[in-house]
Amino acid sequence: MRILIVGGGMGGTILGNNLARRLKSELANGKARITMLSASDRHMYQPGLLYVAVGQMMPDQLYRDQRSLLEPEIDFHVDPVEEFDLDNNRVKTKSGKTHEYDVLAIATGSRIVPEAIPGLAEHAEYFYTEESAVKMYNRLREFQGGKVVVAVGVPHKCPMAPLEITFMLHDYFKHRGMSDKVQVHYTYPIGRTHGLEPVAKWATPEFDRLGITYETLFNMKEVDGADKVLHSEEGSAINYDLLITVPAHKGMEVIEKNGLGQSGWIPTDRHRLTMEGHDNVFVLGDTTNLPISKAGSTAHFEAEAIAENIAAMAKIGTPVRDYDGKVFCFIEAGRDRATYAMFNYQNPPDPKPPTKAVHWFKMAYNQLYWASARGLL
Amino acid sequence: MSDVRVIDACNTFCPGPLMELIAGMKQAEVGDVIELLSSDAGSAADVPEWINKVGHEMVSSEQVDGVWHIKVRKMK
Repeated sequence: MRILIVGGGMGGTILGNNLARRLKSELANGKARITMLSASDRHMYQPGLLYVAVGQMMPDQLYRDQRSLLEPEIDFHVDPVEEFDLDNNRVKTKSGKTHEYDVLAIATGSRIVPEAIPGLAEHAEYFYTEESAVKMYNRLREFQGGKVVVAVGVPHKCPMAPLEITFMLHDYFKHRGMSDKVQVHYTYPIGRTHGLEPVAKWATPEFDRLGITYETLFNMKEVDGADKVLHSEEGSAINYDLLITVPAHKGMEVIEKNGLGQSGWIPTDRHRLTMEGHDNVFVLGDTTNLPISKAGSTAHFEAEAIAENIAAMAKIGTPVRDYDGKVFCFIEAGRDRATYAMFNYQNPPDPKPPTKAVHWFKMAYNQLYWASARGLL
Repeated sequence: MSDVRVIDACNTFCPGPLMELIAGMKQAEVGDVIELLSSDAGSAADVPEWINKVGHEMVSSEQVDGVWHIKVRKMK
């Protein structure tokens, strides 16, 4: 069985390593082959960017050599796919090579599109790339006081990020002795402070306790950088001195260009994680159009389900497991406290009050991530 | 004739049905109708609230076998 994984982020990497272990004997005797095509020879721990933006991690802590994370049996190439020919089970890469497959897994991820809101890219700070996270930190260092507005695009990767950056900004300025000079103001697209109602029920009184103001049903329309005003689709306007955004995301351009899914999101069966109309094409991570969190943990749990199924297809000819929608998200509640939300398609989350212990576990996970990527955790 | 696109947000909690609808409306063209399927009873109230505030059109809303079918038309 020729297995082709397109994408070397968290989902693709966990999938490849998990599969390599499950198919050890098949890989050794030539009955299976795993090839991975990626756009980069480096692997980034993307959640770490949140900490870079507030000076708690350095960018070089976020990277590992991708090859070093992979089981040696995986045939890894830095050669991104440019053309998908799903009817003929093959792809063509940037270098011009053609790779044929029996089973394909697409894990190309997502990208930010701050340019979708007029004025946002020019006038807001954000932390979804190394460059922008470092730039945001420099702006925070220079900031002398005023109104800090957090604005959230739709859809966005990591649903906890808007809350986390808000709490972390509050604590950042408090730690610098600037609480009396800074007003943190949070906005959110729907009618409560978070998509998950139990999380909103926890976050809203936390905002009240900390003096963080908020406005809900606020979807960005445009930024007037000259007058420092953020306008919403709902007709309201907010003056800001420093604008922080969690920008809207799209899937990767290669997905759109190949007509695999609108806005780069591939229509995916929520349990089988196969692309609609293609039983030998699996989709995972941000790349799916599933109405669930675009988060590393989603990719992680999807990768485990897909690995089990592809391995079963190689061994007995049929998949054996449905993905149950499992997601686990840490929620940083400031500089030194955190909680978490765990849920699936059937069970909503029940977040507990933040503790220092969960924060330190999150700090530990920032290092343990590399064991996750290797498929060990 | 406008397209009708279905967003099935049943049995999902995060980011939630309204957020899925907002994302879907951004992809849609003016005049398109989107049908949101939601098993969250809160959708029957929070979707109309947002639609009215932004200025889109509520086409219909009904509950069938525990699932809310909410149709909205993009107006701008």
